[in-house]
Amino acid sequence: MRVAVVGVGYSGFNANTPDLHWKEIMFEAAVRAYEDAGINPRRDVDSFITCAEDIWEGFAIFDEFVPDQLGAVLKPTCTICGDFLYGLATAYMHITSGLAEVAVVEAHSKASDILTFGEVIKFAMDPIWLRQIGNAHPYYFAALEMAQYINECCITEEQIASVVVKNKNNARLNPSAPYGGKVGIEDVLNSPMVFDPMRKIEIAPRADGAVVFVLANEEIAKKLTDSPVWLKGVGWWSETSNFDTMSFNAMYAAKAAKMAYKMAGITNAAKEVDFAEVDDRFAFKEIQHIEALGLSKRFETATLMVEGYFDRNGELPINVSGGNLGVGNLLEATGGQKALEVVLQLRGEAGKRQLSKAEVGVAQAWRYIPTASGAVAVFGV
Amino acid sequence: MEVEKIKGLKFAKKQDVAIVGAGMTTWKRRLNETGKELSYIAVKQALEEAGLTIDDIEMVVMGSAPDTFDGLHMKGEYLLDGSGGSDRPYMRVFVGGGTGVFAPIAGYWHVASGLADVCLVVCEEKMSSCHPHPQSGFKGIWDPILERPLTPNLIWIFALEMRRYMHVHNIKHEDIALVSVKNKRNALDHPCAQVAEKITVEDVLNSEPMALPVRRLDVSPPSDGAAALIMVAPHIARQLTDEPVWVDGVGWALDTTMWTNRDLYFPRYVAEAAKMAYKMAHITDPKKQIDVAEPYDPFDYKELHHMEGLGLARKGEAPILTKEGVTARDGDLPTCPSGGLLGVGNPIAATMGVKACELYWQLAYRAGKRQVAKEVTTGVCQAWGDLMQVGTVMVMSNKR
Repeated sequence: MRVAVVGVGYSGFNANTPDLHWKEIMFEAAVRAYEDAGINPRRDVDSFITCAEDIWEGFAIFDEFVPDQLGAVLKPTCTICGDFLYGLATAYMHITSGLAEVAVVEAHSKASDILTFGEVIKFAMDPIWLRQIGNAHPYYFAALEMAQYINECCITEEQIASVVVKNKNNARLNPSAPYGGKVGIEDVLNSPMVFDPMRKIEIAPRADGAVVFVLANEEIAKKLTDSPVWLKGVGWWSETSNFDTMSFNAMYAAKAAKMAYKMAGITNAAKEVDFAEVDDRFAFKEIQHIEALGLSKRFETATLMVEGYFDRNGELPINVSGGNLGVGNLLEATGGQKALEVVLQLRGEAGKRQLSKAEVGVAQAWRYIPTASGAVAVFGV
Repeated sequence: MEVEKIKGLKFAKKQDVAIVGAGMTTWKRRLNETGKELSYIAVKQALEEAGLTIDDIEMVVMGSAPDTFDGLHMKGEYLLDGSGGSDRPYMRVFVGGGTGVFAPIAGYWHVASGLADVCLVVCEEKMSSCHPHPQSGFKGIWDPILERPLTPNLIWIFALEMRRYMHVHNIKHEDIALVSVKNKRNALDHPCAQVAEKITVEDVLNSEPMALPVRRLDVSPPSDGAAALIMVAPHIARQLTDEPVWVDGVGWALDTTMWTNRDLYFPRYVAEAAKMAYKMAHITDPKKQIDVAEPYDPFDYKELHHMEGLGLARKGEAPILTKEGVTARDGDLPTCPSGGLLGVGNPIAATMGVKACELYWQLAYRAGKRQVAKEVTTGVCQAWGDLMQVGTVMVMSNKR
């Protein structure tokens, strides 16, 4: 059974939204998605899925606050503690297991409400082994991973800088990307070295927003739209979240991609995938994830990056939306923004940043520090 | 454009889902073990019962309720080592207290969709690390503008609900207390029980008042514990056992956040969830077709409330059935034969151990001293959570 994306809606993305409640952000995205799909949530939807983590939200049981603004009251509604792409995988399973014919996935970020971001991340670390180590901001753990990765693959500062330059400039064409800018290699290299070897500009700043998708099985999708976008494959995978035993080489992305590609019937990703949106919440992660997704060979990716292979008009455009460096760190909605961009590109609705060849696209997201978990989704027309 | 539902497509799953093993830890205050260790103990038991090793597991579903109890952000990621989630697809699902039955529902869709043939479902909760009392973890469940300024706690709103239920159906506290007496006595046969004891109705009525009408013995205790369940595709089940237990139906529903706008005397959310599960399981008359039930009983009135929501009793009839002994272990409709949350304990999500796991053990005739007297083929388990808001229901059967 094939599963299609029949409606997408989003709200944002903004650096700060003091004027909006997160319920309003969710409502706006949901209404747009329902309009786009042409459905009535109260009548037509069989399952609602929200992707949220309690402590990002500042609630003990966030699940309580979900149904009303989505039109999900007294309907099968649940929370997945994971990225939007995990929600997408859940919706896929709901539809293929016959539990639902139409399913809705929602994820949002109200990161601007979080006053002590680093302290919240620390709460995700093992309370005995890790949380007490110094007063370091948890970004240091990403910096450690970066140090290992760039040494292993002989990646230079300029190569990492080219990721930032590409994404910030891509974001200038995206009206919903708050952190775009005309940035050059020099600007990146002049950015302060905050977590050696990581510079400030290589860390995605946080943003607010919400993404809602409506998915349906093949029969209903064909009634709703003439040109549905198909969710061809999903994959998710976890490795231990302990720093002392995790592999530090984005195995989560590689294994999740393997699962998703198998489902989508993709054997040679580098040839068959037209473009991808990967998690770049730290600039080096983009290179790491491109390799893990099998879109280029290990040790070659950084060189190709500098050569413009992954540019908007390159061979295999990556993060045309501006990625997280341009759009911002959307917490659990990160994968949502990625999937949204892929769907808009496949539909030909990406405006100024529309790619000429877009038939198969990949969205990938990581669950952020301190985890080694992530998910991948493959879309096609 | 209006969506026209395709007839017959609904509930057309890729493959059937069977349960072949379950495990749970003793529930008590367990200061010596971390949540990872608790999960490990439960998983090990379940694997042994099923005759599998961790390498046979394809995907893992984790159920764990509020992160605030453990003081951990992304608790699912923290628990993944102990629960066998490392190096495989691992997903945590969450519907507050309803997670105890929702996690196996998630296990169901992992297998029914064909993505996994062997799925491990693990539920863990460690409440004792929350100071001064796990109740303080519930401070964060209220609406920050409308409710938090009133500094409410959970016992209060349950007192409101219990009073409303007693008022509408003209039920006496004595009749409700019978549930506590029954479940705590049933729990005497459960090796994992935390508060099993022989008590009388007078003991309940004379126990310490919490928020009247709720008294100490009307309430389940906070506990630490874990439970695990193994769900497999039919071709795997056939290799492992001659008598697997099949999942016939699942359902869940979430009511509005505004609990103050609802009439609390009847759990609509449980009724909706049951409707979905019964439809899927082809159950038209639950009173006749259900042989054994494990409704969620964190408070004694809640068991009655949920029996009515599940259609096992007419509205207001559940206390009468209890009084007549219908719900006793040797009655016509044994209800909470495990001892439930009132007797065995209430580690929020890990209550899967006395709900879904217990139902599996009953239907597989593996419940030992707790085995109900009558012959059983079909049973229902249910959990409830959030702000008196979510109902999760699973119907199982030992016949196909």
